[in-house]
Amino acid sequence: MDFIYNLHRTMMNQQLILVYEGEFTQETTKSILAMAERNLDSSGEESAIKRKVFNVMVEALQNIVKHSDELVDGEVRSHAAIFLIGKEPDRYSIMTGNPIRKPNVEKLKNALEHINSLDKDGLKELYKNIIKNTTISEKGGAGLGFVDMARKSGEKLEFSFPEMNTEYCFFCLKVNVPRESGE
Amino acid sequence: MEILHLEGTEDTPKIILDKKNGIFEISGRSLPEDSAEFYRPVLDWIKQYSADPNPTTDFVFKLEYFNTASSKLILDVLNALEDIKGMKILWYYHEDDEDMQEAGQEFSELVEIPFEFKTY
Repeated sequence: MDFIYNLHRTMMNQQLILVYEGEFTQETTKSILAMAERNLDSSGEESAIKRKVFNVMVEALQNIVKHSDELVDGEVRSHAAIFLIGKEPDRYSIMTGNPIRKPNVEKLKNALEHINSLDKDGLKELYKNIIKNTTISEKGGAGLGFVDMARKSGEKLEFSFPEMNTEYCFFCLKVNVPRESGE
Repeated sequence: MEILHLEGTEDTPKIILDKKNGIFEISGRSLPEDSAEFYRPVLDWIKQYSADPNPTTDFVFKLEYFNTASSKLILDVLNALEDIKGMKILWYYHEDDEDMQEAGQEFSELVEIPFEFKTY
């Protein structure tokens, strides 16, 4: 049973205020948002920061809802993903992890690297270009989520793709929202 | 013309489209699971309205939050309003919500409709 204590210690060490693992749907998204919102409210966080955190959370959670169902492998549960929020003195971190098929890694990595190569104005231009030309995908996405997260964060998106097995990698994403509001 | 009235929920905005009383408003939170499906009746209503609009229309957006999938549909709504004569957008944002102000400014750059910005 040591793992309970170990998990608790990991959470404390990583300064995590919320961890959710399992199935992701619009319903769980709403519950997680409500929980995190209560947490932010009770800690008296500044409303501008609160809104940015909420914003990044919504995009991150809805990304998982829309895309983590790629996993149909009988060995691993479908929709198996993880969502975490960390709170440090100077920032919040919204983190997600979900399986991704190996052939899709390259495209996603390129898109994220492109976003990270842009400054504030570049991101604004990219956003406007996408919104003008996009159509809503079958999965309901507009292709704007990562761009929006980068804009709300003001920092680079952190990501990695550790290998799970021959077919899948695990897409890890970390989006920081600074707590000092000066832009 | 029929009134379109949807009560807001934790993930969908309140919508009132009422030609007779001149009330046109989308307010609250918009992060539905399927934004295209949610906004379809709104787009249908506007299409019908555009055939015989009021002389002037003040269309109010008073959004607290919207996700990116909704932002695409909001642009679709604005595009549908674009050709209606006497159209004006009233874009409300909370006084300390720079992101919502900026979002309104970006929309105003994407369509040919006058925007008036208001804080609440």
